Amino acid sequence: MSNKGNHNVNDPKANSSTKIEPSGAQIGIKQDDALVLENLIVNKLVSKFGDKIKIAYTKPLRIKVEVDRSDIIEVASFIKESLLFDHAESVAGTDYPKGNYIEVVYHLGSYTVDELGAHVLALATRTGREDSSLPSLVNIYKSVEYHERETFEMLGVYFEGHPRNDRFLLPEDWADIPPMRKEFRIKGR
Amino acid sequence: MSTEFSNETLKKDSSNSGLQIVKESEEDRLMTLSVGPQHPGSGHFRFTVKVDGDYIVHCDPDPGYVHRGEEKMCEYRNFIQNIPHLERPVIHDSNNITYSYSLAVEELTNIQVPRRGQFIRAIASELNRQVYTLYWLAIYGIFLGHSTMFMWPTGDRELFIDLLEMLTGARVTHAFNIPGGVRNDMPVGFSEKCLRNISYFEKRLVEYENIFYNNPLMRQRTEGVGLLTKEDAIKLGVTGSVLRASNTPYDIRKAEPYDVYNEIDFKVQYMKSSDCFARAYVPLLDMRESCYIMRQLLDKIPQSGEVRAKLQPNPKGPAGEAYRRVESGRGALGYYIISDGTPKPYRVKISVGSFRNMLALPHLLVGAKLADMPSIYWALNYWPVEADR
Repeated sequence: MSNKGNHNVNDPKANSSTKIEPSGAQIGIKQDDALVLENLIVNKLVSKFGDKIKIAYTKPLRIKVEVDRSDIIEVASFIKESLLFDHAESVAGTDYPKGNYIEVVYHLGSYTVDELGAHVLALATRTGREDSSLPSLVNIYKSVEYHERETFEMLGVYFEGHPRNDRFLLPEDWADIPPMRKEFRIKGR
Repeated sequence: MSTEFSNETLKKDSSNSGLQIVKESEEDRLMTLSVGPQHPGSGHFRFTVKVDGDYIVHCDPDPGYVHRGEEKMCEYRNFIQNIPHLERPVIHDSNNITYSYSLAVEELTNIQVPRRGQFIRAIASELNRQVYTLYWLAIYGIFLGHSTMFMWPTGDRELFIDLLEMLTGARVTHAFNIPGGVRNDMPVGFSEKCLRNISYFEKRLVEYENIFYNNPLMRQRTEGVGLLTKEDAIKLGVTGSVLRASNTPYDIRKAEPYDVYNEIDFKVQYMKSSDCFARAYVPLLDMRESCYIMRQLLDKIPQSGEVRAKLQPNPKGPAGEAYRRVESGRGALGYYIISDGTPKPYRVKISVGSFRNMLALPHLLVGAKLADMPSIYWALNYWPVEADR
């Protein structure tokens, strides 16, 4: 392998594997055995918010937290500022006609803390199927902007405070119900 | 091309008796240009830019030209039937887009992949990464008016397409990864041919560098253009080579090693300069590292054994959910699958790198010159079909 060869990059250190500066020490974590870090994050969340949040599951590298729509801004700010999950990877809305609700899950990850690189924190909240609306997290996580817009058009969940609840991927003349709702059926299926 | 100049100015003139100079408003100075979806380089993607002279003052991406509702289609088919249509968004990176799907389904249905199967998966994934990156590089070359850089990667791509054809039986859409392993074993003579092609390709990479990356014209068009600082890259949540070009060494293969990647020695390739040149150069470093990874995979693979676990017809698991990701040619590629205990998924959400990187497009284009638009746009490693799904 000629990886350390004489290619003419403007930055000679470009190829080194030195770690980036911020570390888990900032929030007092250390990667150890299975679920140690997960439990630490859960404990921090529970001690801060108590009954306001519900831990849906704690699996290796995956945590799911359910919050009420009125608390989501507060919890998301805490996750970003104190737990250092700095970006959203995906926003997934799921329609549950039987329970008459729509669940929106934010999958949050961290680039700045090496120990959290493998972890994904799922922050979930619910809204009703009629007049569905949720507070937007775009002011906390800029990275959710297009994901929330997609969720709006695919499930009809209005995000309060989002700059553009608007058509995104669907055709300009789309005049049907939001397609990811379960009552929308693909023709012939 | 459409303009936003209205006839307002002329009308006002004609209504007045004498000659009158009407000062044009700020909005009248701006011209709206529509780029794509018929633009030769944009792919199936349209975005509108407003320009003030040479400078872009506003950019509005309008994806969806090739939206097929992949996520909805998944709800009608069982876990196995979903594989062939899920690779359609990125046909030349099809092993990676089905890789994370397979990982998520394996977690839901509790299937263990045999060790030899894990290695073959990783080999196919690395080969496909090369195919994708070469395709991307060819288009980046022609975007910058460098025809040689279009021809060479397109030709060298055949090296890996031939290998994948030998391995999977198809040239581009392989449907090779399935929950539980891979469809078939490696044919006789595959390792030898693979090693031969890699050795040749590594020599070619040096030539790429000489003819393209060290070309003063290419450098002028990319160096210092489209700066994306580390803070902005993290804030916008970009991924893959775009993130790594902004001084953030993050790669799912290293951060959350799947299958056999924790046994492989490799370095996360990243650069500090955060401009278009870095975003164009990181994929080249990735290709070189990928050759190194493939050598190790071919060296460490068990010589015999099963390549896939025995599957039940219509495999299903208990109700639950899984979120799994792999590093694709365009960065993290995640699947969020909710199962209600039936053989068909209740909900499938695909988190693709292209959709995440799209957010950086308006961020980088506003304030840039129109002439820099091609180099900024394609350096974002954006694949429109994948973003639309």
